[in-house]
Amino acid sequence: MTATSATAPPGGATAPEARPIRSRARSEWKGLAFVAPFLVVFVLVFIAPVAYSIYLSLFREQLIGGNAFVGFENYLALFADPQFWEGFGRVSLFLVVQVPIMLALALVAALAIDSARLHASGFFRIVIFLPYAVPAVVAVLMWGFIYGDNFGLAANINDWLGSVVVTPFAREWILVSIGNIVTWEFVGYNMLIFYSALRVIPTDLYEAAELDGAGPMRVVTGIKLPALRGAIVIATIFSIIGSFQLFNEPNILRTLAPNIITTYFTPNMYAYNLSFAGQQYNASATVAIVMGVITAVIAYVVQLRGSRKEER
Amino acid sequence: MSTVERMTPDVAGAAGDNAAATRAAVLPAGVPRRRRRRTSALQPRKSVAFTIMMSIFVIYSLVPLVWLVINATKTQSGLFSSFGLWFDDEFVLFQNIWETLTYRDGIFVRWLGNTLLYVVLGAGGATLLATLAGYGLAKFRFAGRRAVFAVVLGAIAVPGTALAVPTFLMFSQLGLTNTPWAIIVPSLISPFGLYLIWVYAVDSVPTEILEAARMDGAGEFRTFFTISIRLLTPGIVTVLLFTVVATWNNYFLPLIMLSDPTWYPLTVGLNQWSAQASGVGAQPIYNLVITGSLLTIIPIVVAFLGLQRFWQSGLSAGSVKQ
Repeated sequence: MTATSATAPPGGATAPEARPIRSRARSEWKGLAFVAPFLVVFVLVFIAPVAYSIYLSLFREQLIGGNAFVGFENYLALFADPQFWEGFGRVSLFLVVQVPIMLALALVAALAIDSARLHASGFFRIVIFLPYAVPAVVAVLMWGFIYGDNFGLAANINDWLGSVVVTPFAREWILVSIGNIVTWEFVGYNMLIFYSALRVIPTDLYEAAELDGAGPMRVVTGIKLPALRGAIVIATIFSIIGSFQLFNEPNILRTLAPNIITTYFTPNMYAYNLSFAGQQYNASATVAIVMGVITAVIAYVVQLRGSRKEER
Repeated sequence: MSTVERMTPDVAGAAGDNAAATRAAVLPAGVPRRRRRRTSALQPRKSVAFTIMMSIFVIYSLVPLVWLVINATKTQSGLFSSFGLWFDDEFVLFQNIWETLTYRDGIFVRWLGNTLLYVVLGAGGATLLATLAGYGLAKFRFAGRRAVFAVVLGAIAVPGTALAVPTFLMFSQLGLTNTPWAIIVPSLISPFGLYLIWVYAVDSVPTEILEAARMDGAGEFRTFFTISIRLLTPGIVTVLLFTVVATWNNYFLPLIMLSDPTWYPLTVGLNQWSAQASGVGAQPIYNLVITGSLLTIIPIVVAFLGLQRFWQSGLSAGSVKQ
């Protein structure tokens, strides 16, 4: 149960502790029978691909001798590969800028909806969450058209201003344009994580705060934000994973801005193009493993820092 | 280690992150609801400033969708000649829909059918497996139960399609790529679905009922399918909703698994149309891309809004009963 805190749901609900059935010998195999179908597929689509990727990353297809064990050579080659680092730097920049903005917006929205000072708060909650149900492909196509200088809103604005001011597909703006799409897709989702954590704060705390004469801001800083710490850690970890795995948005935008978005724009696109354009499966698997390890380490550090504060 | 490694490639957190959203969406109701929280003094006045601030959020959320609806009513040339956020003189929504559905011998309808196939088998199967396993973990004790729990919790942090590239590499060895199974089998696992059912089953299926059924001589699976599954329904609907969204919106996995357009789901097909419209020597079918996009999101948005009411009330009812 120690691992629980890592992914404890917002609101700090702890892992369920069953009241198990007593006759153990009898339920031993029956319990397993319920779990077995899940486990079989889980091994096939979660564990086996990872194992296979590790295997691939240690081999290389060679002209002479065919598939040969090369130890860590693929990793060394990757670490010396400027295209990998360029993509890595880009998603790191994206992470540092986009994630705080998105989470801050989500936090403000959640606090506002929870404040009971809104008219029709249920409406706001649903509408802000709605983009999450829109497929990433459609989200990117919509925004891509809106950004476009053919018939998009960007073109309308430029016409109106009489000069080309808004250029979402320019090299210096493309990352901002992608950040906007990702924010649009996920701000409501993060808002819901925060909102759920706010909903489970016991009423007594607010009553006590009121008796102590605490104002609304004091309630936010003294009660709500501390109660949100777990949810913020969770949302941050998911956003870190999402940033490092960035693929859909740039890959779909590529058809609209092929010269700006390269095949190695993000590490994940690099892995994809190594596999599908270059047939370099070993290199592709190596990128996947390296990004997985980096993501896991950072997520782990965030979680450690988050829970350390909690103990204080 | 296995947990660590699993956080591997793919997708901008997109569909995969469903897990957390499910949890987020579900907990407020799953946990006993806070009753009328603010007493008279704690019930603040409605604030116009707050409402205006949040209205900006709402406009931001809706503008692209409004743009999509408006532009689905325009002709190819109307798209270029009229203002993006208002209608053109010609209103050709129904012609656009007809053209979308019949373009290239109705390939769009074929993609819609594929999507439904993947959703029914993938999301349905994922919900079934998660329900059985979550229930088994909650109500039985057996060797390795803790280990399963730890591994599944770790897996929740992984985007659902995170393993797409490794899975592709493995499936191509097995000769499974370019078949529907390449999409359906990886969709069958929803670690968060399992977690949710587990949490839900602990409280909503009383062990006493199971013991009583056992005394009456009912087998465990019979008890599950006749009694427990009914008590678990709100949790199951929630898991189903989010696995449906995940499979309907799945893009990366089918993109890499399928090379034959006749097996494409809507998402990959639409992107192919978009590439076709903007590539070299392009056939300008922007109106089809836009109308197709609209047709793609309508079912999922309707399901989402409609079902959301259902499972929210279902969940609160469930928690009141306890």
